[in-house]
Amino acid sequence: MTYRTSLERAPTLKSTLMRLGRRQRVIREIEALKGVSFSVQHGKVLGVVGANGAGKSTLMRTVAGILPPSSGRVEVNGRVSTLLSLGVGFNRRLTGRENVVLGGLAAGLTRAELREKYDEIVEFAELEDFMDMPMRTYSSGMYGRLAFAVAVTMHPDILLIDEALSVGDARFRRKSFERMRELCGEDRTILLVSHALASIEKLCDDAIWLHKGRMQMWDEPAAVIEAYTEFLGITDEDHEPDPVTMEDV
Amino acid sequence: MYEPHRVGLPPIGSYVRELWRRREFAFELSRTSLRAQHFDTVVGQVWLLHNPLLLSCVYFVLVDIIRQSTGGIVFFAHLMAALFAYHFVTDALRQAVKSVTGGGRLILNTAFPRILLPASSVLVAVRKFLPTVLVFIPVAFIAEIPFGAHLLWVLPIVALLLVLAAGLSMIVAAAQVYFRDLKTFLTYGLRVWLYASPILYYASEVPDRYQILLVVNPLAPLLTAWSDVIDRGLSPDPADLAFGAAWAFALFVAGALFFMSREREFAVRL
Repeated sequence: MTYRTSLERAPTLKSTLMRLGRRQRVIREIEALKGVSFSVQHGKVLGVVGANGAGKSTLMRTVAGILPPSSGRVEVNGRVSTLLSLGVGFNRRLTGRENVVLGGLAAGLTRAELREKYDEIVEFAELEDFMDMPMRTYSSGMYGRLAFAVAVTMHPDILLIDEALSVGDARFRRKSFERMRELCGEDRTILLVSHALASIEKLCDDAIWLHKGRMQMWDEPAAVIEAYTEFLGITDEDHEPDPVTMEDV
Repeated sequence: MYEPHRVGLPPIGSYVRELWRRREFAFELSRTSLRAQHFDTVVGQVWLLHNPLLLSCVYFVLVDIIRQSTGGIVFFAHLMAALFAYHFVTDALRQAVKSVTGGGRLILNTAFPRILLPASSVLVAVRKFLPTVLVFIPVAFIAEIPFGAHLLWVLPIVALLLVLAAGLSMIVAAAQVYFRDLKTFLTYGLRVWLYASPILYYASEVPDRYQILLVVNPLAPLLTAWSDVIDRGLSPDPADLAFGAAWAFALFVAGALFFMSREREFAVRL
């Protein structure tokens, strides 16, 4: 999956005209994903690990249909709900309620479905008193809790989670981990991107390791994590991943 | 199934279907934008109306001074009606130009037909236009505007204005992603458009050497028809309607094609 992006800070008509005279090219082609091929069976959980910039988020966005592939095919059977980079598209100037409604409608829910789910979402996020306040007044934990609540309440067939598990206070993290475990236990397909390797090991059936856009491994979680941590050089003397990396602390 | 789009356009059938399925999103987004502009309060509505009203008065005085003669209340009615129609289209554009770039995180993180964003801008403009009709009615009474069945022609003209606004909205919304200073140029361009359209004057008064302005201006035929119906009490000239419709639909199709072929790049350009 290759995309073109501009290197300018903010492309303007003025700068384009200036560049035309000097014949500069400021468009860079970025090969975000090369030759990545895998399949996930219905009801299985797939973990995705990789260094920063490996293409994990791009992969998630491609699967979600936000970025189309430049070659190859993406076949998705079922409704997808995304929890990408902790925002699900919240506009900070709007209230929590408005954001949930807009997000739900954008994701394709009907108003009736949204009404049902709204109470469930607010209860899970524990934000009853704050839903009518603008989200710029929320703390980052509240923001993350609402985002997580929205994504898991959509009852999607396929859930994409991008580094969004470690939010909120300890109680909420416990609650969200339990919820994740529930979802993974149910007949749902989940793609999980995380740097918290312990979660990957505990929750996933399969894992892939991306590096610079290429798929290095597609195997069982334990094997992938071992290879990945070896590669990164962060194992301890026994060549075991240490607790900090696994975020077991 | 997501496949690479060789021709540049997404499969139109399923795109339009998805668009229709999520139409509530456009309605809700327009409602939210209006709420943010305090349109849901009485004071907010009065505030939004006072701008075109004040402008009508200022322009009237300006034309009166420049021409050394006054067209009287009838000219004022023409000016006001044309200005309201102009504001309908330009409000949509002003809102649309920031709709995509302002929708940053929503675009980055949710898969939905992006055309809903300029669509909601057009809805905002419609919502702002409707109260101006109410404000115009007393002026129409005072100016003794003929009232009759010919006024039904207002409906197709408004529809064509809507199509025109939608087409241009899609173009500016998409173009703003590539040229971030378009918003600034747009303000300037819209001002020039105001003067180049038969708002501060009648289309029939334009001398021959400036007739070209009326030809290349997509809004001119529709405004002429609008004037004919509202302050002259005539049925619009079919040539104006045809020409106006041609402009409106051509821009709509061009805008839609441009936007749809480019929308997949938005996520990486924002």
